[in-house]
Amino acid sequence: MTRYSSAWTGLLLWVVCAQAQAAWTVNMAPGATEVSRSVFDLHMTIFWICVVIGVVVFGVMFWSMLIHRRSTGQQPAHFHESTTVEILWTIVPLVILVVMAIPATKTLIDIYDSSEAELDIQVTGYQWKWHYKYLGQDVAFFSNLATPQKQIHNQAAKGEHYLLEVDQPLVLPQGTKVRLLVTSADVIHSWWVPALAVKKDAIPGFVNESWTRIDEPGLYRGQCTELCGKDHGFMPVVVEVKSKEGFATWLAERKQVALAEQELSSKAWTLDELLARGEKAYLSNCAACHQPTGQGLPPMFPPLKGSPIATGPLAGHLGIVVNGKPGTAMAAFGKQLSDVDIAAIITYERNAWGNALGDMLTPQAVRAFKQAQE
Amino acid sequence: MGSVIDYSQKRPTYAGHADHGPAKGLMRWVLTTNHKDIGSMYLWFSFAMFLLGGSMAMVIRAELFQPGLQIVQPEFFNQMTTMHGLIMVFGAVMPAFVGLANWMIPLMIGAPDMALPRMNNFSFWLLPAAFGMLVSTLFSEGGGPNFGWTFYAPLSTTYAPESVTFFIFAVHLMGISSIMGAINIIATILNLRAPGMTLMKMPLFVWTWLITAFLLIAVMPVLAGVVTMMLMDIHFGTSFFSAAGGGDPVLFQHVFWFFGHPEVYIMILPAFGAVSSIIPAFARKPLFGYTSMVYATASIAFLSFIVWAHHMFTVGIPLTGELFFMYATMLIAVPTGVKVFNWVSTMWRGSMSFEAPMLFAVAFVILFTIGGFSGLMLAIAPADFQYHDTYFVVAHFHYVLVPGAIFGIFASAYYWLPKWTGHMYDETLAKLHFWMSFVGMNLAFFPMHFVGLAGMPRRIPDYNLQFADFNMLSSIGAFSFGATQLLFLFIVIKCIRGGKPAGDKPWDGAEGLEWTLPSPAPYHTFQTPPEIN
Repeated sequence: MTRYSSAWTGLLLWVVCAQAQAAWTVNMAPGATEVSRSVFDLHMTIFWICVVIGVVVFGVMFWSMLIHRRSTGQQPAHFHESTTVEILWTIVPLVILVVMAIPATKTLIDIYDSSEAELDIQVTGYQWKWHYKYLGQDVAFFSNLATPQKQIHNQAAKGEHYLLEVDQPLVLPQGTKVRLLVTSADVIHSWWVPALAVKKDAIPGFVNESWTRIDEPGLYRGQCTELCGKDHGFMPVVVEVKSKEGFATWLAERKQVALAEQELSSKAWTLDELLARGEKAYLSNCAACHQPTGQGLPPMFPPLKGSPIATGPLAGHLGIVVNGKPGTAMAAFGKQLSDVDIAAIITYERNAWGNALGDMLTPQAVRAFKQAQE
Repeated sequence: MGSVIDYSQKRPTYAGHADHGPAKGLMRWVLTTNHKDIGSMYLWFSFAMFLLGGSMAMVIRAELFQPGLQIVQPEFFNQMTTMHGLIMVFGAVMPAFVGLANWMIPLMIGAPDMALPRMNNFSFWLLPAAFGMLVSTLFSEGGGPNFGWTFYAPLSTTYAPESVTFFIFAVHLMGISSIMGAINIIATILNLRAPGMTLMKMPLFVWTWLITAFLLIAVMPVLAGVVTMMLMDIHFGTSFFSAAGGGDPVLFQHVFWFFGHPEVYIMILPAFGAVSSIIPAFARKPLFGYTSMVYATASIAFLSFIVWAHHMFTVGIPLTGELFFMYATMLIAVPTGVKVFNWVSTMWRGSMSFEAPMLFAVAFVILFTIGGFSGLMLAIAPADFQYHDTYFVVAHFHYVLVPGAIFGIFASAYYWLPKWTGHMYDETLAKLHFWMSFVGMNLAFFPMHFVGLAGMPRRIPDYNLQFADFNMLSSIGAFSFGATQLLFLFIVIKCIRGGKPAGDKPWDGAEGLEWTLPSPAPYHTFQTPPEIN
């Protein structure tokens, strides 16, 4: 009993403190890596230099405004130039700038050195979610916003991590130099976690490099920082840092899960099983544009309810989901989703919201379709 | 080298042209080639756009008043941020300065009109067409532009709503208008100065506009180029910005910011010039360091062409590129500092009084300097990785644009209103306008530094609860700043309709040819060039 109550008090205190701290935060946080701390120091150095210059310049100005007034009977002076002071106030700021530039250059060179990384992760931006691929490890997954729509639409109380929570965070090992290879599948996004001082644009056709080494286990939260369309504000980044052992265990588990997923695609599925899986997969992959109701947001995002594609021939429907529709926001999901998920989503779309076709698509048929294309 | 000019001269008579004053009726405004009429139209148009762009800011701030989605959906929110930016930059600030240039440059250099009056008419009338088209896209199927005022490809090409084509056409029209306006200003300044008005005797407003006009001619075609490339990608199957077709989305940003950075100075240099007339007038002391002010302006203009990639520190440019753009950007602090120091030295040991133009000018110097400080912070590339695309940037550019450009325009308007209308404006109301704007603006934009540093990205319709308190404050500040601008409209109308008659020179410390004319300035002025000793 006491154990529980003290735990509750602790939790409550922690929440209150976190709230009190968070609500009126006025400054950058030093963060969780060596780089983020040196960026923070740089930020504070420039800030204080600016404050000192500001105090001097504004001090002179306010002094003058108080004293040199017509209302106090001041007679205006007539001086209007001095080459000496002009040279002086050109040289002095230049010297201050050089003083600022030296530590900035050092930090920048450090940030750009992504060599000797122990783990490579490909980060891919999608409208509006992140995809993480552990290179050489056969582990890859999407990371979607986990905040319920009800909270966004003010029908439920907002949680502490409102809009900064995901279904599956990027998991990293503690104290390990991790290289991030950042790219995009559609428009430009930007992957940012303030505590790591890593912000890198995800650009289609480019692979940008960045790196981080995080000292302490924990959860680090960030967001997409490049306007990427409708749900730009709804694609958070969450990094979970585990101890090296914890990470190894997690990675092994993920590999097992991936194997199990592969087996699923050879299993014989029933319509009901596909519909159940399809609804979940639809909500996390398709609903942002086509909406949970299947009614879309025309004309950018057409409805699927009663649409000629979702109620037409199966091959056409499959083709558009696998290959996308060039020139529009419809992405090619062939490489994004597993055969099972594609089969389940298409089956769901053909049997939901009154699209009662009653037909189903098997993962095997999806695989056959993809192989026929190659 | 003559920063103190003796304007003693014989007053010319204006009676000779009293027989053909302005035409009557609506056609006066449609067909006019008179620089004062066109200047007034530019100013009224820009104020209308200021209110329209401002209403969109009110929608943005209303949605951000609380976390959660309350008033608008994300698609419409993005259209509001985009249109707010486009309208304020191209519709409010730039035309306001062109309006001031039209009114004041001929009066300041002793010219009878602008050099190319018919083109002047055309460059104005393109604007209502351009903005009519741009604003109408909000009512089109799929909505208006929703990709930010910086319209990064491929969000603005492959993924854009269909109205993007109208947006492109509107930008082309605005560009043509700006280029023609700039050519006109250069032609006027270089050819129509009164005898004795050497370049180094010109008021700084004329100097800064001359330099601004060259910036416009240099970069508006680049903007036209980038939107044309978009048009080709969207409709003619090219792949300038599409990686899938072998193109380069980053190329878009390089071309856009090659326009975009000088554009920033296009929006501030004329304000520098106006403030350099206003501070000496109310300090009753000549401008300190006239020559260095001219050189500083020219240096800023030159540097503006070699710093564009500081908007792109996170796109992954190589280390050497990053360092070059960081150093070049930091250098801008030097000529900008020179200007601020010169203004402060002008005030030093003056005999100051604080009428509305001076209040706005002093606030300009202080708050623009604060925006300059955050600009210096943003120039530091490693620190920029934390600031980039957060509310810290939003705070920064609103600090240079609102108390910078907009306060510069208000200062100019109050300073020259007596000359334009022949009446003094209501000083009490004008001071109220100043203080309410000052408080509202700081309340709106200062907390944005904090939420930005705490990690709030820009251009999001909804946010985590930790940002809630400051966002609410910002919204309250923005609403009060917005509402205050209706007071400005009232003050201007009141001043036009009547008020204490303004003499030729209502400000005892003011210098310049414009104050040798009667108030209101006659329809035709300086048909005989004044003599300048």
